[in-house]
Amino acid sequence: MALSADESGRLAGLLTSHVDQVTQRWTEVVAGQLRGRLSQAELRHQVQELHRALVDALGKGLTDLAAEEGTELRAVLAEVSRGQARQGFSAAETATGVFALKDALLSVMEADQSAGTLRDYVAFGTLVDQMGLFTFESYVRTRESLIADQAEQLLELSTPVVKLWEGVVAVPLVGTLDSARAQVVMERLLQTLVDTGSPYAIIDITGVPAVDTQVAQHILKTVVAARLMGADCIISGIRPQIAQTIVALGIEFGDIATKASLADALRHVLRLTGVETGRRQSRREA
Amino acid sequence: MTSGVDLSRPQAQTVGSDEDVVRVRQLVRTVAVAVKLSLVDQTKVVTAASELARNTLVYGGGGTVEVAAVDNGRRPGISIVFADSGPGIADLELALTDGYTTGGGLGLGLSGARRLVDEFDIQTAPGQGTRITITKWSR
Repeated sequence: MALSADESGRLAGLLTSHVDQVTQRWTEVVAGQLRGRLSQAELRHQVQELHRALVDALGKGLTDLAAEEGTELRAVLAEVSRGQARQGFSAAETATGVFALKDALLSVMEADQSAGTLRDYVAFGTLVDQMGLFTFESYVRTRESLIADQAEQLLELSTPVVKLWEGVVAVPLVGTLDSARAQVVMERLLQTLVDTGSPYAIIDITGVPAVDTQVAQHILKTVVAARLMGADCIISGIRPQIAQTIVALGIEFGDIATKASLADALRHVLRLTGVETGRRQSRREA
Repeated sequence: MTSGVDLSRPQAQTVGSDEDVVRVRQLVRTVAVAVKLSLVDQTKVVTAASELARNTLVYGGGGTVEVAAVDNGRRPGISIVFADSGPGIADLELALTDGYTTGGGLGLGLSGARRLVDEFDIQTAPGQGTRITITKWSR
């Protein structure tokens, strides 16, 4: 428990009787820390909201932030730290926004000796610490969810299946091909093959920094799955260093066509299809 | 995080997830570039590290990787140690055979990694974990 019931009451009294001094000093300290990245009006509003929530909670007899009386105060703190996490403030800056209350309390208690004892100040400080740590945790949680969202978006973004030509689709792979991404790539490719009725697919690995056995195995599985659906796969973008590494590793691509560049792969496919149309034409002429 | 890696002492990385394998790869690439390996050798040593780090994770149940810049007096190089305290390897010769796998992979990781580097040392015994040291010298 951070505060006794008496201390809680005294803190509420102190905050209410010196409301202007406290919010004034609190705003100053935070403003100094943020150096103008939040407008004075926004900052004042934020401090006043925190002040109001704190007084309300203390009025209900708050002695510990985790207690029932602190529900609304915790919501306000979480809201503030969420906002700052999304605006790109650092964790320290966000937590300082709460810790600054200690400065404000100290200056008020120094100016008015009757406002409280040192023991009171230490007890108040414990509650402010709890609030600060709570803010810090909310901040980290917000950041973690942001990162998780971004990772998901990246997974979606980084695996487009593009139509290169009539009957030819391509998957340009960029970055690390782990199991999760390989699965997404395979699903997308197979679905696009069905949707477009394409008989050819080109898997371009120019943007894959290292092809190890796991990456190779994922690619091979995708090719086999595409073949089962009647589509031919060509692997392109095999750079010299990747080719040498694959040879040394001993990976066999078997009868799968591989090309150095995407352009070569497309030319290869067009030649295959072009020969067929050419024959048909010549037959018609004959 | 800056890309500045202190080359004067070995860099350690724990391996406990797929993301850690990616971190090992990035660390090895940074050191390989710093000791001026050619692009082909960089790719080879990064690929070997990727294979062995994944082995550490999948078969060793996680472990540690230590990457160091080394010098044999004539040439600089990179040395990497993969250590785990997993079940170890009972039949080393079989494990180093192309195409042999107990995990559903291609069975080329261990044998392939040996071909990708200049020096390959493996110490293992059943129940005693596995410790693999690889070295690649710049040419």
